[in-house]
Amino acid sequence: MFRQKDIEMISRRALEELQMKRLKQTVRQAYKNIPFYKEYFSKLHIQPKDIASLKDIRKLPFTTREDLREYYPFGMLAVTKEQVVRLHTSSGTTGKPKAIFFTKKDVDRAAELIARCLIMTGVAKDDVLQNMMTYGLFTGALVMHYGAEKVGVLVIPAGPGNTKRQIALMQDFKTTTLHITPSYALYLASVMQNEGLDPQKNFTLRRAYLGSEPYSEETRKKIEKFFHIDVYNSYGLSEMNGPGVAFECREKNGMHLWEDNFIMEIIDPDTGETKPDGEKGELVLTTLYREAMPILRYRTSDITRILPGKCKCGRTHRRISRIIGRTDDMIIVRGVNIFPQQIERVLMGIKAVAQNYQIVLESYDQMTVRVEIVKELFDGKVDHLVNLRNEITEKIRSEILVRPKVELLEPGTLPVSEGKSIRVIDKRTL
Amino acid sequence: MEQLKQLSIFSENRPGRLTKITKGLTEEGVHILAINIASSDGFGVIRFIVDKCELAAQKLRQKGFTVSLNEVLAIELVDRPGGLFEVSELLSKKKINIENAYVLILGSRKKAFLIVDVNDIEKAKKLLKHENLRFFTAKKKGKSKTV
Repeated sequence: MFRQKDIEMISRRALEELQMKRLKQTVRQAYKNIPFYKEYFSKLHIQPKDIASLKDIRKLPFTTREDLREYYPFGMLAVTKEQVVRLHTSSGTTGKPKAIFFTKKDVDRAAELIARCLIMTGVAKDDVLQNMMTYGLFTGALVMHYGAEKVGVLVIPAGPGNTKRQIALMQDFKTTTLHITPSYALYLASVMQNEGLDPQKNFTLRRAYLGSEPYSEETRKKIEKFFHIDVYNSYGLSEMNGPGVAFECREKNGMHLWEDNFIMEIIDPDTGETKPDGEKGELVLTTLYREAMPILRYRTSDITRILPGKCKCGRTHRRISRIIGRTDDMIIVRGVNIFPQQIERVLMGIKAVAQNYQIVLESYDQMTVRVEIVKELFDGKVDHLVNLRNEITEKIRSEILVRPKVELLEPGTLPVSEGKSIRVIDKRTL
Repeated sequence: MEQLKQLSIFSENRPGRLTKITKGLTEEGVHILAINIASSDGFGVIRFIVDKCELAAQKLRQKGFTVSLNEVLAIELVDRPGGLFEVSELLSKKKINIENAYVLILGSRKKAFLIVDVNDIEKAKKLLKHENLRFFTAKKKGKSKTV
């Protein structure tokens, strides 16, 4: 199922020609209208005409989150204020937010990419999409909303939270498709379970789009199994429109990144050197088809890799793997680089472990992993619990090469998240 | 041999947990006959023999506790030197391994029972069926009610 078959199946050669044409436009537009880029180019002694091939993109400077913050609110705008119709901001945990502007065309193009994603996963006009992402300054919900309307599905703008109402909406309006964060999906599952609801009998769910937080393959399987649905991985970031940058097709094997709209590179986050397909590194994106805010070589902080080889679905746009971690949530314990997702992957593979966990960093050589046990599997035997703790400790150790201290907790001890969850508590910086 | 069930509750090892659990039992008018706590670095399992175990388990679950019920042996101990020796000698002869054990005393020291948690309760019951042992039973006079 294709939205724009000619573009989605475009030959690599034609795609690269299109990218080149759009890259030249983007560079000119940035140079001409954004003083930040003009200064940057001058410093590096480059001109837009120096970008003559796709490889020349490496001559261009990186754009960082700090740059977007520094030029907040209007400094990165390439059009006049009259031309923009929408503002989104992306809140940082520290300092100023980043402002992202859209012209009317930008809104439409972002929606068009979402429409591609939805149709790619089998959505049709008779589907009902319950959008459980946060509406507002965050791009997650609105961009999906516009894209879904473009396809013609019924959109329920539920937003996150109020889980009982969510369940009622799903039942009353026969929701088929969810747009939700992984942690909220897990929470929703636990609420349904407590209420004695059977996802197969009491609902009409077919699929869910999970995004905005990194999660593991095990978590996907857990959610698919509980709801009896297909879970598709969705990738996006506010700086690059929001959701719809990369999305899984029905093969569920990596996310097609829409290369007619973005140029992707994988770099070594320490040296900035470009890495070949297949190797892990930081994803760097350049917008190719935006009016209000062209952004060159944006450092996303997301760690992934480009999957080599063709996808069975026939789309030529290359795929990226699920996000392995973020350069900024990487933790270092005993000198070892660790991503919380590695620990999550291990935990989700152990039956007696519930969905909630927490990583506590006490010192630079001690890490505690706190996990809740599954109520139903408790049989009263201390040695079974001790064995479980040893199993968790050993499996985490073999994954991250650091032996954690594992604490078993009663279910319901850890805070439940309805949005982005905080899994790591770093006491070292306090 | 009458069925006697033990209530086990998973708990983090920190002050206040036992208070919460026993408060829950008190509110339901559950009478605690025996208690045993086993802990292992950070967590513990609290075990009770109570008069209304099904009700207690249900109420504690509703309050969010992680609860498990399993059958145990309750063998009467003779109140004289050698009482425990005789029972343990018999269990060892029958190759019944004790996972966990504690004592239940009824009626101001009139009667004591050894509560024995074993791996295979059915097998243990069969092995002890024809032995000269007295087991806890609710029908006897004394303070205990239906178990």
